[in-house]
Amino acid sequence: MTPLLLIIVPLLGAVLAALWPGNRTRPWLLPAVGLAHTLLTFWLFGHPPEVAADAWLGFDPLARAVLPMVSLLFLVCAAYAVPYLRIRSERPNRVFVASLLTVLGLLSAGHQARHLGLLWITTEGVTLAAVPLLHFNGTPRAFEATWKYLLVGGTGIALSLLGSFCLGYASLHNGGVGDLTFTALTAQAKDLHLGLSEPWVKTAWVLLLVGYGTKMGLAPMHTWKPDAYGEAPGIVGALMAGGVTTVAFTAILRVHSVVMASGQSVMANRTLLVMGLFSMLVAALFLLGTRNFKRMLAYSSVEHMGILCIGAALGAAGVFAALFHVWSNGLTKGSAALFVAGMFAVTACPPFAPFFSELLVVRAALAAHHNLATAFFLSCLLLAFFGLTRVVFGIVDGRPRPAVQANARNFVETAGVVLPPLLLLVLSLWLGLFTPPALRAVWSAAVDQLFPAP
Amino acid sequence: MSGSLNLLIGLVIGLNLLALGSSRLPALIRAMSLQGVVLGMTPLLMEYERLDWRLVLVALATMAGKGLLIPSLLRRAMRAANIEREIEPFIGFVPSLLLGAGGTIAALALARALPLLPEHTGTLLVPGAIASMFTGFILLIGRAKAISQVCGYLILENGIYLFGLLLIHSTPLLVESGILLDVTVGVFIIGIIVDRIQRAFDTLDTRKLTTLRE
Repeated sequence: MTPLLLIIVPLLGAVLAALWPGNRTRPWLLPAVGLAHTLLTFWLFGHPPEVAADAWLGFDPLARAVLPMVSLLFLVCAAYAVPYLRIRSERPNRVFVASLLTVLGLLSAGHQARHLGLLWITTEGVTLAAVPLLHFNGTPRAFEATWKYLLVGGTGIALSLLGSFCLGYASLHNGGVGDLTFTALTAQAKDLHLGLSEPWVKTAWVLLLVGYGTKMGLAPMHTWKPDAYGEAPGIVGALMAGGVTTVAFTAILRVHSVVMASGQSVMANRTLLVMGLFSMLVAALFLLGTRNFKRMLAYSSVEHMGILCIGAALGAAGVFAALFHVWSNGLTKGSAALFVAGMFAVTACPPFAPFFSELLVVRAALAAHHNLATAFFLSCLLLAFFGLTRVVFGIVDGRPRPAVQANARNFVETAGVVLPPLLLLVLSLWLGLFTPPALRAVWSAAVDQLFPAP
Repeated sequence: MSGSLNLLIGLVIGLNLLALGSSRLPALIRAMSLQGVVLGMTPLLMEYERLDWRLVLVALATMAGKGLLIPSLLRRAMRAANIEREIEPFIGFVPSLLLGAGGTIAALALARALPLLPEHTGTLLVPGAIASMFTGFILLIGRAKAISQVCGYLILENGIYLFGLLLIHSTPLLVESGILLDVTVGVFIIGIIVDRIQRAFDTLDTRKLTTLRE
């Protein structure tokens, strides 16, 4: 029952926000629901419920390994949203608050989805619910960004639906009974008599990787990302980079596990590795050229999605590193979108968490004897570091000056604005220096779920 | 049964070509909505021996959604935006028709190469699905007006729906209805955005949306 509460509470909050009369008091719903959600998630984190094998929804190890981060990120963004929306009180925030809470509810559902169709429905729901967040500023540029997001994201989501059908047909073709939960698909893939139809599995993998990869923002399907992040409010960028993209990544992990079980691991890992490296290269090159802080964050997010993909391609140790990176990326991206000092964490300077998770990816890559790929990975990281620091030092120095002054007038740095991102930064530091053993255990459990012992 | 099913899918393919060839927006919307109605009828025809009320309900909802609700939303957006009805193409009408025809033939050949279950080999389900998706992509890429692109997106979705009918026995209707709901909400949101773009830019020509670039 409680796993369902994770979905119901935010959705009820969204309904309440849609009915709430006062524009000034409405934003307080965000931290209230966020706090309830975080408490629930961490309670479930401590007391994981039994998940039935054929359940469509459940707080399984993978959800347990990722969802607490999303919840924490949302809580901090929600705390930041209250002063932010007070500053922007000239704009009605009814739709904004309701959409934010809907996104949280659907994200909880997407992370817990253990059924191919349900997973697609929830990710599509997240995509649609995020649309009103992107054009909150109401400028022509914001609408242009939203249109591009809708067209690119919509096409990607259509392709992932087609991929889901192909995977379903792969099961049906070899005599499956049409049970599309991931557990059943994996079991059939391992079954020596049935198995999954090979051409259909391959087709499904390509389509699902492209489809959910669009949602993650892997190059070359990343084109919506800089526009959307650049024109949306900072909290939306932080939530997209840390929360919405991770649901697409867990979707890829779940599908990847089925594809590997059907004996296609070489093909699947190679495509993931190539996509990951290409994303890193594109992101690093664009980072060298861009001057806008928010667009830079978007390219940095493309780079981190590439790192996640590379991690996922490297077997069990790599997936462990990728889950670590999901946490460190989510927390630091959140702080960076709101606060410039977070940029040092994003560039993976030690001792912040991204440094350690990237180190783990490198170790996994070397252990798997991907020497060339590792060299490529490290040089992309270096390029990205150059690009990021150039922009960051520009901002610290206060360039361009007129823009800074215009901003400073209507944006007072109160405690409410500074504290939440600072908290995230401290969390990232803590995660890097003293990774809690409980988290390590949970990540290992998630890896065991994705790589079941034969 | 397979004969009448193929007749319906042939109709869908014909409507694809009609959509590619129509130079006016209302005609494009009409072709797309007619296609939606035909698609809504297909599951009823496939399952006429095993009809139950839920299947009928989903089929009716599909017909109402794709045939009435979505087209009327698009027509309203078109009227509110007061745009010129002629579609300005990136890819001209004759080239796109030729592309569409070539794509349909290629889809037939491709479907022959795919491993299908015996009950699906005689039908046009897979080639029809691939041809519709291809048509959708041509419209998405080849048209400049936002509403024409939305029509292209919907034809792409129609193709995927057709492909999904292969799984009609295994995907529970809950999934089908969830998908339908998502598509409808999506188009609703697109309609709102189209309206806002019109107000902000005073045009629906997506060639004007070029402020954001590196």
